[in-house]
Amino acid sequence: MRPDEISGAIRARFPEATEEAGTKNIITPKESLLEVAQYLRDPPLAFDNLHCITAIDRKEKVELVYILYSTGERHGVTLKVYLTPDDLNVASLSAIWKSADWLEREVYDLFGITFSGHPDLRRILNPYDWKGYPLRKDYSNPQIIAKPRL
Amino acid sequence: MAVIEKIPAAKLIAKVPGGGLILTTSQSLLKWGKASSLWPMTFGLACCAFEMIAAGAARWDIDRFGAGVFRASPRQCDVMIIAGTICIKMGDCIRRLYAQMPEPKYVIAMGNCAISGGIFHYDTYSVVKGAESLGIPVDVFVPGCPPRPENLLFGLMKLQEKIRNEKDAAR
Repeated sequence: MRPDEISGAIRARFPEATEEAGTKNIITPKESLLEVAQYLRDPPLAFDNLHCITAIDRKEKVELVYILYSTGERHGVTLKVYLTPDDLNVASLSAIWKSADWLEREVYDLFGITFSGHPDLRRILNPYDWKGYPLRKDYSNPQIIAKPRL
Repeated sequence: MAVIEKIPAAKLIAKVPGGGLILTTSQSLLKWGKASSLWPMTFGLACCAFEMIAAGAARWDIDRFGAGVFRASPRQCDVMIIAGTICIKMGDCIRRLYAQMPEPKYVIAMGNCAISGGIFHYDTYSVVKGAESLGIPVDVFVPGCPPRPENLLFGLMKLQEKIRNEKDAAR
């Protein structure tokens, strides 16, 4: 399916989902994330491969990004969830896609977003006793040497 | 030229006239043996590891210098070639591996990352600023990003030179 057909199908099924301006990315409220994910997983869309989970810290909001691909249909979609910085909690998708397990651990490690329902939410890249979340805009660490501006 | 003159420690060796014996000091023999059989540890951290692997393979062949016996256990190693970026999480591991190596032990810091953090020196939260900041004494620094196998071989020869010039061979 073409990106606009995928986007149309999702928005027809879930009226609360919207399309990001200028792209075919789908933005869904976090309350309906599990239902949308289940719909995407099953035929006819059949996104069987959760390619990547990442996040973007925009300061006023945090965008959680899911990149999905269907090996059978050979189409892809990007799903986004906007979170407010004071409530960085979202439902875990590890029951729907197995690969979400470690990907969500990575996002938790670097951005501090917690996933409720995750089987084993520990840090994955940084040491277990690490303080803070390095990819947040407000992260600071005295060991970081700032690059001199020329 | 006689074979004996090609040996680096030739001036320390004397041939008994008319006999099949060579005389040397036990110190220089021990140093020659140590320098000529440096066993490195199988230990690559990042892209520099590929250059180290290339140095070990047929084209450059680090075995010509007696350092081709890469051992998988620190207990059997003489030299640790720190080849690549040291992350904070890996730093503890390197310290432990260094402590597990038996004396005498030597360290080659290969590449800019192992020397100072390299391109990850600034604005990075996860990279150690060089092997010496972990408290590991480095004998030879091999700069480059990554250094070519020739550079590593030159660093190895410098280390052999250092071993041959040690005061006490039984260190």
